[in-house]
Amino acid sequence: MSHSTAKPWLATHRIVMIVIAIALVAYVTLNMRWEWLPRYTDLIAQGLWRTLWLLALSVFFGFLLAVPIGLVQVTGPRPLSALALGFCTVIRGTPLLLQLWLLYYGLGSIFPSIPEIRDSFLWPYLRQAWPYALLTLTLSFAAYEGEIMRGAFSGVPKGELEAARAYGMSPWQVLRRVWLPRAFHRALPTLGGEVVLQLKATPLVATITVIDIYGVFSRVRQDTFLTYEPLLLLALIYLILAGLLTLVFRHLENRLPVR
Amino acid sequence: MELLSEWQSNLALLALSPPGWGGNLLRGLLHSLEIALGGYSLGLIIGIAGACGKLYGGPITRDLLATYTTCVRAIPELVLILLLYYAGTDAVNQLLTWMGRPTIDISGLAAGIFVIAAVQGAYATEVIRGAIKSVPVGQLEAARAYGMSGFQCLRRVTLPAMLPFAIPGLANLWLIATKDTALLAVVGFSELTLETRQAAGSTKHYLLFYCAAGVLYLLVTLVSQVLIRFIEKHARRGLPQQG
Repeated sequence: MSHSTAKPWLATHRIVMIVIAIALVAYVTLNMRWEWLPRYTDLIAQGLWRTLWLLALSVFFGFLLAVPIGLVQVTGPRPLSALALGFCTVIRGTPLLLQLWLLYYGLGSIFPSIPEIRDSFLWPYLRQAWPYALLTLTLSFAAYEGEIMRGAFSGVPKGELEAARAYGMSPWQVLRRVWLPRAFHRALPTLGGEVVLQLKATPLVATITVIDIYGVFSRVRQDTFLTYEPLLLLALIYLILAGLLTLVFRHLENRLPVR
Repeated sequence: MELLSEWQSNLALLALSPPGWGGNLLRGLLHSLEIALGGYSLGLIIGIAGACGKLYGGPITRDLLATYTTCVRAIPELVLILLLYYAGTDAVNQLLTWMGRPTIDISGLAAGIFVIAAVQGAYATEVIRGAIKSVPVGQLEAARAYGMSGFQCLRRVTLPAMLPFAIPGLANLWLIATKDTALLAVVGFSELTLETRQAAGSTKHYLLFYCAAGVLYLLVTLVSQVLIRFIEKHARRGLPQQG
């Protein structure tokens, strides 16, 4: 391995490959049909925005849920930990698409028949698709991240917790000052990968009529009867998003001190 | 009493023969498992080849494989499925026209297996590469000192020795494969999720059918986990126990 790391990153074969890649991109831009693009820029921007806030909110709420799910499995009373374990098993054992359709079509078909819900202030939201999409994505992220947090909580050395208790901290203070920050620190390296996986899960919401970036490009495909051009551009957008997310998390990780 | 009769009518909807929809669900499950098994096996082959290419290949092979794994791990499966589904069938048909043969319709099953394999292959490449790297170098050197050729060394030593390290990752990939088959519902392949949607749509019993399908998927996962535990025990025989 040592001889390959000694080589400069821009070795001769890489330059040739980059030239070939540029030629390919040039061929694609010049010879494929892109005249539809200006008409859809507004829609694409809206779709991108919707994808990003679905991602951000589901990761935020999912993580908030994941902390108690992980914690309860490590120290909680038996019924609670069994409940958390069951939740993780069910969510992780069934496809996300099925969960999405179960909530949207299943609950969506029951809610209208309950007068209390139809009269409540929530009803205008429950008639739209995005709350179901956000709920499903949040639960999914909570289950996968909860499993990671369980490992992170149980991986914090016992001595640190005992030291905190010896200082006279209450259990709540131990959790807030020592256990949670240390567990978060341990979980951070995997968090970036989990968020990219969550980004890859978001296009499923287009199947329940939430027009995210994938949904916009599905519409482009239907309108223009083109197959490859929209899909290639969509793939490029996801590549860029995933690359940016990876960079952001690498930056965050580098800012935390490592012993 | 009313609850009981409702319960009975629900069970009747899940009956195996029409007018019940249970048979359709089970047929969908069979299709899902077929695709998962086919895609996973093909993905394993791609993974072994990819791992060897990444570890022992020349600089160009390595960079091409890095591009492949990066792209697959960054682009959503749904987009990849659409791209590969259309591009794959197009490519085969263009090849056939070029050879002067009539074009064919590629079955959903073959296309589905191909797509799942392409996705699984990228992840399997990384898992197997990591596992091969954790095999003690002395064992491989010993194999080479015995005069084994590269392929013999791979078959007799590297692959069996890396198995215990690879099994947790590969097991995870199998569980992902069974769930990824659900995405083929979006391109209209009648696996379990799409069959469920059709059953639910025509009977209007959405909750019942989606829950039933969820139970089927969950059973697949749980049974797989039991089998994986056995396989792992078998692969780890002779190794020191993990604490």
